Amino acid sequence: MENQMKTTCLHDKHVALGALMSPFGGFDMPIQYKGITEEHNAVRKHVGVFDVSHMGEVRVKGPDAYKYVSHIFVNDVTGAPDGQIFYGMMCYENGGVVDDLLVYKVNDNEYFLVINASNIDKDVAWIMKNAEGFDVEITDESPIYGEVAVQGPEAEETVEKVLGIPVKDIAFYNFKTFPIDGEEVIVSRTGYTGEDGFEIYGSHDYIRRVWDKLMEAGVQPCGLGCRDTLRFEVGLPLYGDELADDITPIEASLSMFVKLDKPEFIGKEALAAQKAEGVKRRIVGIELEGNAIPRHGYAVEVNGEKVGEITTGYRSISTGKSVAMAMIDKPYDKLGTEVEVRIRKKTFPAKVVKKRFYDKNYKK
Amino acid sequence: MSKIEEGCRYAESHEWVRVDEDVAVIGISDYAQHALGNIVYVDLPEVGDELEAGDEFGAVESVKAASDLYSPVSGTVVAVNEELEDRPEAINEDAFGTWLIKVAMTDSSEVDKLLDAEAYAKICEE
Repeated sequence: MENQMKTTCLHDKHVALGALMSPFGGFDMPIQYKGITEEHNAVRKHVGVFDVSHMGEVRVKGPDAYKYVSHIFVNDVTGAPDGQIFYGMMCYENGGVVDDLLVYKVNDNEYFLVINASNIDKDVAWIMKNAEGFDVEITDESPIYGEVAVQGPEAEETVEKVLGIPVKDIAFYNFKTFPIDGEEVIVSRTGYTGEDGFEIYGSHDYIRRVWDKLMEAGVQPCGLGCRDTLRFEVGLPLYGDELADDITPIEASLSMFVKLDKPEFIGKEALAAQKAEGVKRRIVGIELEGNAIPRHGYAVEVNGEKVGEITTGYRSISTGKSVAMAMIDKPYDKLGTEVEVRIRKKTFPAKVVKKRFYDKNYKK
Repeated sequence: MSKIEEGCRYAESHEWVRVDEDVAVIGISDYAQHALGNIVYVDLPEVGDELEAGDEFGAVESVKAASDLYSPVSGTVVAVNEELEDRPEAINEDAFGTWLIKVAMTDSSEVDKLLDAEAYAKICEE
């Protein structure tokens, strides 16, 4: 338990904007400014900016950096050009997920890991513990970095014009480092919304200046409320909902990020066995008939028997449908399977669908 | 500042009650609708359902979360506001003008135990 709530370098600005603040991952974070719906639509249709300074950053440096990252990360960074980014997970020996993360390849001897706020302490301990025997230097840089995410179809134009950073040539899931005001600013074409966009990492002072410029230019500030509705609609997982230490990436329907043909990584044996035997349950999409809203933790039933649980659910802002992601036992995970969702005292008919409720709009 | 209507009685869980003879008309306060934000769904009981004071009778839901509703009085549900199925945002527009359910009370003295406008205003300030 955190005794004291942490704050980001933009905290006073959120308060001044009148944001509704709430704890998330140990930080006092803005949930919404204007309203989740308005902020969600700003990102889908135009552009919005998120304070994501709560995210953790860890730098891995040294002659064994490639070998070490390959050891703790389920995805395969082999042969990647400098500047490429990989999404994937760190797993325990039993295949459960320590965290999902982004790995930025600076070069063969240096990687930059971006981890979830709620997991920083646990992750850093795990990363340190497993570095034994590898010639690497590991630094938790979370306290020194601020981060904003500029997301939406107008993100490129906004970053170029308002911030004066030339990002046109940065490809999807790539990053560049720019010397700005005497520091090295990291800009990647990544995000958590299903839209085109950029994530910008810099000192607290720099990120505060970036925020001010974006506010002056009229860019919509967006809170964690719509960050969740946006990522949910395009089927992206959130650690704590779709991922956890007792959920494997295979069960989370994220096998495509687990490279079992790699010679070695923590959790490989367990995940390979699970893949070969087949999982007993997995994350699927659910669509409800009618207007009731499925929420995290609600039971999914077949003939009155519980066969799973909702992990995230909303009335989709973009489509208006009541949809959810859910962890469902086999064989009820098949597309089109009719199930019922228990909401308070009643059950509502629903069916299993693909866990993408809105098409991603990436610029690749 | 949220509005508080003088002629209503209130539950600490932010429901208002307006009494029409033996029938309690129940809604949620302006303070509650404001705290919830955009209401996108209202889950209401069936006409004929029996409620004890303090029973959960449904929920109002914003994009982010579901908030349970508790009956301030005991009795039988005699009407539910079906307009809310299509226009849940009516609560945001006019919380005191938008009722949720009507309950034929078994013990109308329960209303006297509820908060008056002044006492409720204090709760909202905390």
